[in-house]
Amino acid sequence: MADSEMTQQAYTIRLELADEPGQLLAALAPIADAGGNLLSIFHERGNITPRGRIPVVVDLECPPDRFAGLVDRVRSAGVNVVEAGADRLAETTQMLITGPGVAADLDQLLSGVHADDAWTITGLDVRTPAGPAGDATVVLELTVSDGDLATVRATLVQLLPASAVLIEPLEPGGP
Amino acid sequence: MRLAIVGAGSVGRAVLNQASQRGHSVVAIADSSAAAVDPDGLDAAEILRRKAQEGQVGSAAPDTLFEAPYDVLVEATPTTLESAEPGFGHVERALSADRDVVLANKGPVAERYQDLQALVDGSAGRVRFEATVAGAIPVMATIAAYGPAQVSAVRGILNGTANFILTRMASESLAYDHVLAEAQELGVAEADPSFDVDGTDAALKCVIIANVLSQGDQIHRLAEADITGIEAIPTSAHQAARDAGKTIRLVGEVGEDGVRVGPRLVPVDDPLAVTGTENIVRLELADAGPMHLAGRGAGGPETAAAVLADIDRLAE
Repeated sequence: MADSEMTQQAYTIRLELADEPGQLLAALAPIADAGGNLLSIFHERGNITPRGRIPVVVDLECPPDRFAGLVDRVRSAGVNVVEAGADRLAETTQMLITGPGVAADLDQLLSGVHADDAWTITGLDVRTPAGPAGDATVVLELTVSDGDLATVRATLVQLLPASAVLIEPLEPGGP
Repeated sequence: MRLAIVGAGSVGRAVLNQASQRGHSVVAIADSSAAAVDPDGLDAAEILRRKAQEGQVGSAAPDTLFEAPYDVLVEATPTTLESAEPGFGHVERALSADRDVVLANKGPVAERYQDLQALVDGSAGRVRFEATVAGAIPVMATIAAYGPAQVSAVRGILNGTANFILTRMASESLAYDHVLAEAQELGVAEADPSFDVDGTDAALKCVIIANVLSQGDQIHRLAEADITGIEAIPTSAHQAARDAGKTIRLVGEVGEDGVRVGPRLVPVDDPLAVTGTENIVRLELADAGPMHLAGRGAGGPETAAAVLADIDRLAE
């Protein structure tokens, strides 16, 4: 079947690249390899994120059934995909974790939080206890690609010790 | 109206004190050990003096209150959970005699809403309970003004003790135990502050709101609420929140998922981020959008003002 006979759907993906040579090529090559037609690329070098990354917005076309595979290829190339899709909104939110047990389990908590691919950690603030009687506090800044904050909460609760307190924002995603 | 006041704590005494100024007469008052009854109206100053000096309001048996010729029973005994006794029993006696009831006691409305409705259905008496939620702030009156069906969600700061502790910890970077002791010295927290700091008090108020909004379709009780208190939040959490542009508040919510009370990250400039002991309630109205009501949510005179507002409505 010739490509021109397959339905092409327009998509937007948002990437965050490390500020290193060759990063942009590393991101775009998998897209082309997966059969996507690049329509436009907006490379915001002047707009560095808090973690020192460069936002790139790519508009592309590909058949709908190829899109998920295309995104996987980009991720497999080690590129951070913040948002992928036409109608999905990325929401950035902050979660504060504190209380007894957090200091003792800090390494495990942070590994668990980084390992989950339902979200991207864009910021991390860790306060360790001042003395033996103090408790640790962790503030996570997360970008959730499909805006599903209820799942984020449920997953975090499973990672945390029972004595910990999870303090969520009042308006998820901000007012 | 002629009032019979059950409970001579700060709210009961304040109702006694304010009643005559509002054109009402107190014909009976009872505390846990005794009652004072006078069909021609009690002398408030005398009763208050006796209570202060002797620890009880009079010399008659407490039950004699129910034989007095009253129009409205004011239920101001301490809130109790589950069976909500003895408060529920007092309400039952008044309604069985076709008298009106005004509640400051949250127990019957939060824990036995369905039973309360049944009593009201079988009585010529009416029940009002503005004083059970956020003291002087007219939450119930505002919901009634627009109609419960118009209110899709409610959230707010409903416990001044917890809010005071959180705001002091944040502004002064003090430890929890230190601020709690401070609050107790100021009379902002009780000797046993459990219900305030563990979220129970805020949850009871949210359960009451949930029952009113459900209009009988769903009965809410404390046991089903999702509650997290403030006792485990250390000073480092407040500092971290501040650096993220947020502040931590104990927020109560009533929505589609029921009642939830817990500490939340609130933007520093959000209207909901009231300080000190103040309370605020945000109603989401279908046609008018978000509406904020703020003011003093607790205190004898403040709560008594809400009780007397209800009595005035019954008198119309």
